Amino acid sequence: MLRFVVRRLLQLIPTLFGLSVLLFAWIRLLPGGPEVALLPENATEEQRQALRQSMGLDDPILVQYGRFLGDIAQGDLGVSTQTNRPVLDEFLTKFPATAELAITAMIIAVAVGIPLGYFAARRRGGLLDMAAVTGSLVGICTPVFFLAFVLKVVFSEQLGIFPSLSRQTPGIDATSITGFHVLDGVLTGEWDAAWDAIMHLVLPGIALASIPLAVITRMTRASVLEVLDEDYVRTANAKGLHHSTVRGRHVLRNAMLPVVTAVGYLAGALLAGAVLTESVFNFGGIGQFLYQATQERDYPVLLGFILLIATVYVLINMLVDISYGLLDPRVRVR
Amino acid sequence: MRKHRRPLLVLTAVASALALVATGCASEREDGAAEERNESEPFIFAGAGDMRSLDPILASDGETFRVARQAYETLLRHEPGGTEIVPGLAHDWEQSDDGTEWTFFLEEDVTFHDGEEFNADAVCANFERWYNFEGIYQSQSVSYYWTTLFGGFADNDEDLDLPDPNFAGCTPEDEHTVTIEVEEYSPDYPGAFSMIALGMMSPAAIEEMEGEDIEGDPDDPAYPEYSQEVGTVAGTGPYEFVDWDHDAREVEMQRFDDYWDEDRAAQIQTIIFQTIEDENARMQALQSGDIHGYDLVAPADVQNLQDEGFEVPERGVFNILYLAFVQDDAGFEEREDAAEALSDPDVRRALAHAVDRQNIVDSLLPEGGEVATQFMPDTLDGWSDDVPTYDHDPELAEELLADAGYEDLTLDFCYPTEVTRPYMPSPQDIFEFITHDLEEVGIEVEPDSYEWTQYIPHTESGGCSLYLLGWTGDFNEAYNFLGTWFADYRPAWGHDSDAIFDTLDEAAAEPNAEDRVALYEEANEVIMEELPGLPISSSPPSIAFAPDIDPPTVSPLTQEEFAETSFE
Repeated sequence: MLRFVVRRLLQLIPTLFGLSVLLFAWIRLLPGGPEVALLPENATEEQRQALRQSMGLDDPILVQYGRFLGDIAQGDLGVSTQTNRPVLDEFLTKFPATAELAITAMIIAVAVGIPLGYFAARRRGGLLDMAAVTGSLVGICTPVFFLAFVLKVVFSEQLGIFPSLSRQTPGIDATSITGFHVLDGVLTGEWDAAWDAIMHLVLPGIALASIPLAVITRMTRASVLEVLDEDYVRTANAKGLHHSTVRGRHVLRNAMLPVVTAVGYLAGALLAGAVLTESVFNFGGIGQFLYQATQERDYPVLLGFILLIATVYVLINMLVDISYGLLDPRVRVR
Repeated sequence: MRKHRRPLLVLTAVASALALVATGCASEREDGAAEERNESEPFIFAGAGDMRSLDPILASDGETFRVARQAYETLLRHEPGGTEIVPGLAHDWEQSDDGTEWTFFLEEDVTFHDGEEFNADAVCANFERWYNFEGIYQSQSVSYYWTTLFGGFADNDEDLDLPDPNFAGCTPEDEHTVTIEVEEYSPDYPGAFSMIALGMMSPAAIEEMEGEDIEGDPDDPAYPEYSQEVGTVAGTGPYEFVDWDHDAREVEMQRFDDYWDEDRAAQIQTIIFQTIEDENARMQALQSGDIHGYDLVAPADVQNLQDEGFEVPERGVFNILYLAFVQDDAGFEEREDAAEALSDPDVRRALAHAVDRQNIVDSLLPEGGEVATQFMPDTLDGWSDDVPTYDHDPELAEELLADAGYEDLTLDFCYPTEVTRPYMPSPQDIFEFITHDLEEVGIEVEPDSYEWTQYIPHTESGGCSLYLLGWTGDFNEAYNFLGTWFADYRPAWGHDSDAIFDTLDEAAAEPNAEDRVALYEEANEVIMEELPGLPISSSPPSIAFAPDIDPPTVSPLTQEEFAETSFE
């Protein structure tokens, strides 16, 4: 097992290397090069020269790339032009908000999607099945920001059950340790603060969960249907195994393999969806900040955040691969 | 069979329980007497942008000033709800005949939030600090209001192209009397002494700030830590800073219990300023009770909010929205033809006749807005009723264009996106209305949009042929409007006119109020004759409060004092 994990970790290196080449090329391939992106349109030739010199743009491309890699290795991702704070600091302070939101969305998607998909498959053609299939179709088709908006109007404005924005009621007495508000509330025993954070997570969590929930429901349903027809399930049933053993050990475990893979890919979709959801709910995570960065052409933030988000994405997929190995021993052997 | 139903039942039960508990919490919040709420509940107000600095001298934007105004005080201030200058930290003041010596008689028993005493020495410590700024502190993007109001510094940075300082010294006459000397009279005084950028900071805090440099580029400075983290700064205002959470975009302030003026002491214990950029999100937050008030209400939402019982008090009008006609291409090659066309006065007149300003005012601006005939609101002394006017007349516009030989004119037209300004509630809509009017007379419009922080430098440097911008007055003096735009040549207008520059120069040097006003009137007439741009409107920016709030007196200068606010 350890060897498997180490091997997967080593495989990260070429992936991240490829990514760094792409990002490096992207900023260089902007029409006119980085100096056009960073200087006003009517900048003089002297200003351009000064910037090229200060950024080392006249050095050979390999030297520039080496410097780029060296900076990244030291955690130096530049400084945000919006806030003048280091990009890495911005990411680290905003990441807990997005992670908390994405985890909430994933919990909702998995906790509702897998049982729903499973029971829909077990009672194929029934009312629950039809509801699940139609519901998941609607879920996939509904734009996240639209759902977020509707949720806000109904549950926040009209019914007043949930707050309409941010991660925490302003001015609440809460100690921050990890930046994960729910976790902090639990660690410090500030239950009011933890509950407040949960209430703030519900609406954005549901909005963000809509697409993964739909995908997981449909995949679980399809996968369970497929497994139910397998010979080994028939054999297990035929040899008189108890229903719950057949369902748990033979059906669910085998049906979960593609679903777990999908969860990994969906983590990436969650980060993309977070850009919209966080903006609608003024959530203050990396998604909202990234949106502001595109608005303000904050290149250091765009570059740094894309690199860091991609790293997180690759790490999540690695974890998925490892869990795949736990579910299916054949993966480890290969 | 029954087994399968259980998860759904459990889910429904949990959801109902959650909903019940949450509704319970919400209704609990609404109970309780007003006074108890003042003590226990924070008042939350949403603005459209983050504040930039806890030290107001380092800022020039309305969002920073809104917050700073609660924590700092100036020697003079404006009457609540008006534009008249009234005593602030100075209960009285006098000026020498030539307007170069300003003596202030200070309030006694005033203390700063850090316990330091406010006196003549403290006033001088502030002025000396600003006057002696060095390095990037001298940049326009850092100390805009010092350079605008007092010129340059003790030792001007050669690279920054700064004017000579107009500040000549600060002398404590006795403990509570102080004289500030300037080199030359300026119409900016005494208004300058009411600018919150020049709010009084504790001498102990000033000492602590010394040696803290500003890093980065003069145009894009990295603010020093004392201006970003609560702990160093201290003013004398009714509220003091408690926390600035940059990630949650909230500034928390607390009532200052040793505030010197009992009549103006804060009612609510805790007040929080939150940033919500989107105007719809701000409205929804108010409707769902997450906040108690917000600024820059979209004109279309005013009626709805009032119908739902929210308070939307009307501010006085003290701003100008204009359309600039930029006559110099400022090195932007693609603008060469447009700039040449706009240099023709007949083309500018044609544009002025083409735009239906009344339609913009009626359709897009808040109730109380009106078409502007000149580059300042009519409430200011110096407004002239004898300026050339340009009625909506598309036929005349077409004729003028044809006579000037510009029947096939193409102009680039810039507007800002994702922003609401006090004088310009919906830039894109205004842009579309004007574009429609221009196309009606045969002008082809090339739209160009920028995010706000890009928009300002781009238009300032002459990057657009036509663009929308405006100004809210800082104090009650025509020069604060006219001088801001037309005191000298600026690429933002590309308009070179000795007639305008000289008249304004003369006005700026004229200490006699009556003569000065006559010069302003003359300047307005010349400006509207030469038409470097078209003033579009003056309109009152809207602000909204929850029904259970006793709001502060709203101000045409958008200088609300939240100490007046309380729960009802």
